[in-house]
Amino acid sequence: MKKMSDKINHHLNDAVLMAYSAGTLPEAFNLIVAAHLSLCDSCRAQAESFDALGGELLSQQPDVTLSGNCLSSTMDLIKGSDIVVPEAVSDTKSGVLPKPIRDYVGGDLESVKWKPIGMGVRQAILPTTKEASARLLFIPAGTAMPDHGHQGTEMTLVLQGAFQDEDGYFARGDVEIADSDLHHTPVADIHEDCICLAVADAPLQFDRLIPKIAQRFLRI
Amino acid sequence: MLWVSHMIRIRDEKDRAAFAELFDHFAPRVKGFLMKSGADATLAEECTQDVMAALWQKSHQFDPTRASVATWIFTIARNRKIDLLRRQRRPEPEDLPWGPEAEPDQADIVSLQQETEILGTALKSLPSAQRELIDKAYFGDLTHSEIAAQTGLPLGTIKSRIRLALERLRHTMK
Repeated sequence: MKKMSDKINHHLNDAVLMAYSAGTLPEAFNLIVAAHLSLCDSCRAQAESFDALGGELLSQQPDVTLSGNCLSSTMDLIKGSDIVVPEAVSDTKSGVLPKPIRDYVGGDLESVKWKPIGMGVRQAILPTTKEASARLLFIPAGTAMPDHGHQGTEMTLVLQGAFQDEDGYFARGDVEIADSDLHHTPVADIHEDCICLAVADAPLQFDRLIPKIAQRFLRI
Repeated sequence: MLWVSHMIRIRDEKDRAAFAELFDHFAPRVKGFLMKSGADATLAEECTQDVMAALWQKSHQFDPTRASVATWIFTIARNRKIDLLRRQRRPEPEDLPWGPEAEPDQADIVSLQQETEILGTALKSLPSAQRELIDKAYFGDLTHSEIAAQTGLPLGTIKSRIRLALERLRHTMK
């Protein structure tokens, strides 16, 4: 287990954490939230306090009548699974990818199936529901991503290295939330190749023609 | 506090009487919650059985310094709802397992449980317009940008308690 970083400067906001707790986010967004919470105890505690709110809402639900045999059917379910399946050995080895992302990749960085998308940048799309997309990005140290705007919401979580854009400096654990009003040109820090998880609920809009055409083929 | 001791009896002694009492209290509420979230009565009842069975099976994972029993049941029900109604995976943060000697401090349990009760009372006394916004966020289909996360509820004290509990866990894991 890596030491919990106290240096996270860019956090998730309450609206996202509440939606994560309520369970109403698209899968890709749930993934980036779970990954950030694995690295940030402050946001994890905030998310769990929204769970407490969910618990109190549940407690205050009006009772709904159950069928007469509901309890005995539940006991049957429990009995049926009494032969306890040993829990998978908790996979807490330290690495670049937090556990929720490793679950989608099937391992750490060495298992990522990168595809080049130009200028040394590589991406790997992760399999989530179509309401939103999730992809890992590899940006060589010092490289600038094409200037782009957003139609919907894009969130980017840094996993290795760092990038700088008009909004600030983002290092491991930091998450940038970009809405349609943000137009930015992220540049990877010169010291290390940058690896990020990026999720979006609408395709990015690139300013230059060529990336725009490429976008149709590359699903970025 | 009442339900925490039930959970401990279920965990340590596989106590069926404790489970039956907990079931009587929570299962109808879980069913109501699932129906409000869009399940029909039959599906909601099936799903409630899964949730309550999971409570028994996962009782060793319950951490009373971070969650009340209601909170914990809510998280199980929510995950089941995503699985069944929205048909998608629910990524969860990396697990923080209990170390072998990390039996929680009674005082920490009491504080967290009391603060959750205070939250429940505050929720009951919210003006109805505000309460409706929270209901919509949890049971409706609001996107995160439509959610008004300013609840006016005392969540800060609970957050600091959970934060401390997380720090202790990380400390024992070293």
